[in-house]
Amino acid sequence: MAIDIDTARKVAHLARIAVPEDKLPALAAELSGILSFMEQLNEVDVAGVEPMTSVTPMRLKRRADVVTDGNIQASILKNAPDVREGFFAVPKVVE
Amino acid sequence: MSALNTLTIAAARDGLRKRDFTSADLTEACLGAIEGAGALNAFVHMTPEIARAQAAAADARLAAGEAPSLCGIPLGIKDLFCTKGVPSQAASNILRGFRPEYESTVTQNLWDAGAVMLGKLNMDEFAMGSSNETSCYGDVVNPWRRGNDPTPLTPGGSSGGSAAAVAADLCLGATGTDTGGSIRQPAAFTGIVGIKPTYGRVSRWGVVAFASSLDQAGPMVKTVRDAAIMLGIMASHDPKDSTSADLPVPDFEAALSGDIRGKKIGIPKEYRMEGMPAEIENLWAEGAAMLQGAGAEIVDISLPHTKYALPAYYVVAPAEASSNLARYDGVRYGHRARLGAGDGITEMYEKTRAEGFGAEVQRRIMIGTYVLSAGFYDAYYNRARKVRALIKRDFEQVFAAGIDAILTPATPSAAFGLGEMADASPVEMYLNDVFTVTVNLAGLPGISVPTGYDAKGLPLGLQLIGRPWAEGDLLNHAYVLERAAGFVGKPAKWW
Repeated sequence: MAIDIDTARKVAHLARIAVPEDKLPALAAELSGILSFMEQLNEVDVAGVEPMTSVTPMRLKRRADVVTDGNIQASILKNAPDVREGFFAVPKVVE
Repeated sequence: MSALNTLTIAAARDGLRKRDFTSADLTEACLGAIEGAGALNAFVHMTPEIARAQAAAADARLAAGEAPSLCGIPLGIKDLFCTKGVPSQAASNILRGFRPEYESTVTQNLWDAGAVMLGKLNMDEFAMGSSNETSCYGDVVNPWRRGNDPTPLTPGGSSGGSAAAVAADLCLGATGTDTGGSIRQPAAFTGIVGIKPTYGRVSRWGVVAFASSLDQAGPMVKTVRDAAIMLGIMASHDPKDSTSADLPVPDFEAALSGDIRGKKIGIPKEYRMEGMPAEIENLWAEGAAMLQGAGAEIVDISLPHTKYALPAYYVVAPAEASSNLARYDGVRYGHRARLGAGDGITEMYEKTRAEGFGAEVQRRIMIGTYVLSAGFYDAYYNRARKVRALIKRDFEQVFAAGIDAILTPATPSAAFGLGEMADASPVEMYLNDVFTVTVNLAGLPGISVPTGYDAKGLPLGLQLIGRPWAEGDLLNHAYVLERAAGFVGKPAKWW
């Protein structure tokens, strides 16, 4: 399926990646090229096949629902680009 | 005695235990080699203070006896592994300045065994690439050249820095990761050995995620024996990775008996691609003859869904990547874009990610976003997962029919020139993974072994694929192939 400019704009927004208007035609063409390569998958008869969800058949392990660490606020905030009063800081979200 | 940095892990281990030299000597030899190899651009963050401290500790342990095999061995670590207090940025600008507050399980296992960290190694950004040309640090240059032709060649990718560093004797071994061929393809391009273990054998905890159902870490080293030694330390059951297998880690080195008499080696007809270069076809036939000469039986097999592995991979991997890379939002770590007046949180996300991610990463995130979006999820993502199930079933059927290992080429060609693929479409670059990607989709172990050269003198490798959890057997097959091929070539030093 060919991706048009509107779809490219929508995908970029869903991915939260700013793409300038003048770059959208090239992006649309590139994504279309990759997707047409994937069209080959339509040749395969997948009737009755379950989608693979686990690489090796294994039951996911369970663990006790308990706190295993904590009191590492400074460590958690250490790499943040903007920290104020012990919190991550972001632009205003709610007016 | 030859320079210490050129030793294999096994030889260095023996020398250290006999006190022929110290880990400090070995470490200095590697640090010196790295110092003189800036032109390769393999090491991107050096950690000499850590290396010297670890070497001193290793020497104390060696003096006390009973040191593990990797004690005192200097290694390079792919930038994808989180190493405490040391830059770990997956070769991406979005993680510039990130210094993890924790250590990945794999590297912790290595340090616990006494290994020495020389520094962090270049790679494709977020492990997305086959030529190491998507790195924020710039290209890695392959130490191999086409004879006297100075054209810089790719070391392959994504573990290109690891491959170049081992091939150029800057370190005795390196960690790599492999999502679609990122250990095996660069190993083949640089004449070294690289193994991707069974999915779940090695913990993914603390390794920056690309596609979680495909990613596995493994060693990149000079010999099959070194791969056995290093994999044994990297592998462990880890409660911090929910897909880590709760299985004992066998002594892989002990599996290297050199005896494969009566084993059945499958040659999959679907891997004989149209337009395959004659030298790759010959290499493959020679490899089969070597295994046959060692007493194995060569069996023609069919893996009928091979053709669909690449398109399935390029749906599944970007889908998982788009989800995994959603965490880079400019809030908790890494880069945040400078915002304009009136910019809100959405602009912060969009500008940060546009500035921080390179072109290939952006492309894959958007493909992944598209195939997971409402209306296309079934048509692309679910269909790809069904095809993936069929690819896995192909392998299960040949193993159930008694095949012990499968022999294929590792790559469709020798290393190509940096920039030579610049005008190619993304899909043409993806074709580099054609022989390796099936193994990730099926979760199997695969190893690349150098066995010959192309017409211009560049190394070529063959791939062996094994049964799940049978890395010991797989390594033994690779050991036989390695001995029969007798590949001992080293790149002539020009850097």
